[in-house]
Amino acid sequence: MKKITMRLRSKLWLVLLLVLSLLISACSPTKEADVKSAGGNEPYKIGAVLDISGNSSSLGVPERDTLLMMVEKLNANGGVKGHPIDLTIMDNKSDETESVLAVKTLIEKGALAILGASSSGTSMAMIKTVESEKVPMISLAAASSIVEPTSERQWVYKTAQSDIVMINKIISYLKKNNLNKIAFLYMNNSYGDNGKKAISAAVKDSGIDIVAEEKFDANDKDMTPQLTKVKASGAQVAIVWAIPPSASILTKNFKDIGLSIPLIHSHGVGNQKFIELAQGAADGVILPIGKLSVTQQISDNDSQKKVLESYIADYSKKYNAEPNSFGGYAWDAFNLLVNALEKAGPDRVTIRDELEKTQGFVGISGVFNMTPQDHNGLKEDSAVLVQVDQGKWKLIE
Amino acid sequence: MGEQLLQLLFTGLTLGSIYSIIALTLVTTFNVTGILNLAQGEFVVIGALLAVSLQGTGMPMIAVFIVSVILVAILGGLLERLTIYRARGASNLSMLIITIGLSISLRGLALLIWGTETYSLPAFSEGGSIIVGGAALNPQSIWIFALVAVTLTGLYGFFGHTFWGKAVKASVYNQTGARLQGINLNTISFLAFVAAGGLGAAAGVSIGPITMVTYDMGFMLGVKGFVAAAIGGLSNVGGAVIGGILLGILESFSSGLISSGLKDAISMIILLGVLLFRPEGIIGAIRERKI
Repeated sequence: MKKITMRLRSKLWLVLLLVLSLLISACSPTKEADVKSAGGNEPYKIGAVLDISGNSSSLGVPERDTLLMMVEKLNANGGVKGHPIDLTIMDNKSDETESVLAVKTLIEKGALAILGASSSGTSMAMIKTVESEKVPMISLAAASSIVEPTSERQWVYKTAQSDIVMINKIISYLKKNNLNKIAFLYMNNSYGDNGKKAISAAVKDSGIDIVAEEKFDANDKDMTPQLTKVKASGAQVAIVWAIPPSASILTKNFKDIGLSIPLIHSHGVGNQKFIELAQGAADGVILPIGKLSVTQQISDNDSQKKVLESYIADYSKKYNAEPNSFGGYAWDAFNLLVNALEKAGPDRVTIRDELEKTQGFVGISGVFNMTPQDHNGLKEDSAVLVQVDQGKWKLIE
Repeated sequence: MGEQLLQLLFTGLTLGSIYSIIALTLVTTFNVTGILNLAQGEFVVIGALLAVSLQGTGMPMIAVFIVSVILVAILGGLLERLTIYRARGASNLSMLIITIGLSISLRGLALLIWGTETYSLPAFSEGGSIIVGGAALNPQSIWIFALVAVTLTGLYGFFGHTFWGKAVKASVYNQTGARLQGINLNTISFLAFVAAGGLGAAAGVSIGPITMVTYDMGFMLGVKGFVAAAIGGLSNVGGAVIGGILLGILESFSSGLISSGLKDAISMIILLGVLLFRPEGIIGAIRERKI
């Protein structure tokens, strides 16, 4: 008898363990923002798919925080024409398959529009679904192929500056400083690939040569081999298309092996985390970025200044931390959608049409002018070049 | 060119030292209990994350190292009592599945406590990299090598020259025989997990300054550690270290000389090759467990 109970007990433990592990692994941080009934009207359901955990969590977390803050504020002020916003945020774990599953779930739940995803790969994965289900989607990621060609991307918009906008910014800097031999290092994913495509196209007939081209994985722990090749290639400047943590590790390795050429990063490193993880090695890094991180340094006449200041004030009050450009992408996407909802009401087709008509919307990432050919709507004036100086962003132009 | 090769070698040694230390901890548990502990990577991560939190309180690095090792050793022991011990007598396959469960639970726990953020740990010694012959060597990798050397010597000494070490070995070869000699197998399994926890944490705190720390990096580390251990023959302590270093150097040279995109493919092809043609490991250890 004792033996049987012992056996049962040990089985029970196993079952408990299994249940526990299932519970924990199923506990992906899905949050539903409070729906306060504003005037008792039926809420408008919208969904967001963000890279909250996994490799691109440094993007997804500030985006989630921004969205939660904005929904709360909007609903407290009466929502969209009296309709509260019912926002469901899902975590895709920085994984493309999870991204597709999440967007399908949200559409089944009746979301009028989808915000997200945070990175290029996870956004690309969602396009097919939203196109066939005819649901408007606003991505927060960089790759221009997310919204191009617009004939195949009728339902897809995005708020982050396209890589080509940023590349052009960098190219004009290179020309100004007479740097014409460049090394290009990029992440082996769609963000990096799109950066590579954009730069290959941009340097054509410009007198600039790519003398070394190296890639690395998002999980890589050491990029010294790639940098060693860059060192041997005689490049005058290194351009990197990646996001932290790998971008930070690369920056550390860059300093460690004593490379002294200028290091230019993409807007993918536009958060304090990049500087923090690089442990001092980030000083001197140059990058194109939206104006948010240098709000205090831009001219008072800039049309974005007021918007930037109010976002910083709201965010710091709620989270006791500085917002970054990723949160800004979410701010833009949310407001673009709310504006469209105000005009369109709860109808997916009209929302899409209203998004396309957006003109002169002053956001965090720039001034948006959408057209049927341009579903991003940002031009080069939306970005500035900054340099990291003693752990802080400094405007250099 | 010579400079470049030397740099690739140094990088390979750095990566190799990371893989070796994880392979060592895997092999230790495997040798003693016959269980392939797939939660080993999680011990490494929890150790490193604990160190991040402890370091945040302003403790000196040496104290951080010791406290984190002790805490994870306790965790290892606790988990053994709660799971492996309860299932004693079950087949090795069940044990393997239990460790998968443990690994998922620990990853979930780390996610709940530390979130998805990436953390960094300070290097043990200050100052930049050391330049040897025009190539840069990260001082932290010297620390990792020191840890590998100390662990290796310790394990050799323990298994080869102490009564308890021999008792442990005996219990692996023949459980019934060992029990007849008065060796308590349960205690040995418990101690093996305590050691795996402690060693895992030591590895985590040492590699943290190079790899950065995220809650989900344990899986990949575990896989690389397993490849290294398999190359070395799975039950051979020295083989694990050689396997790890070989893997690191291969990865570094293949990404530096061939293509950086092929790095992981090359290490997986090597694993397949070893498993197909020399399942006993490349250094030719005989299948001791079959004697």
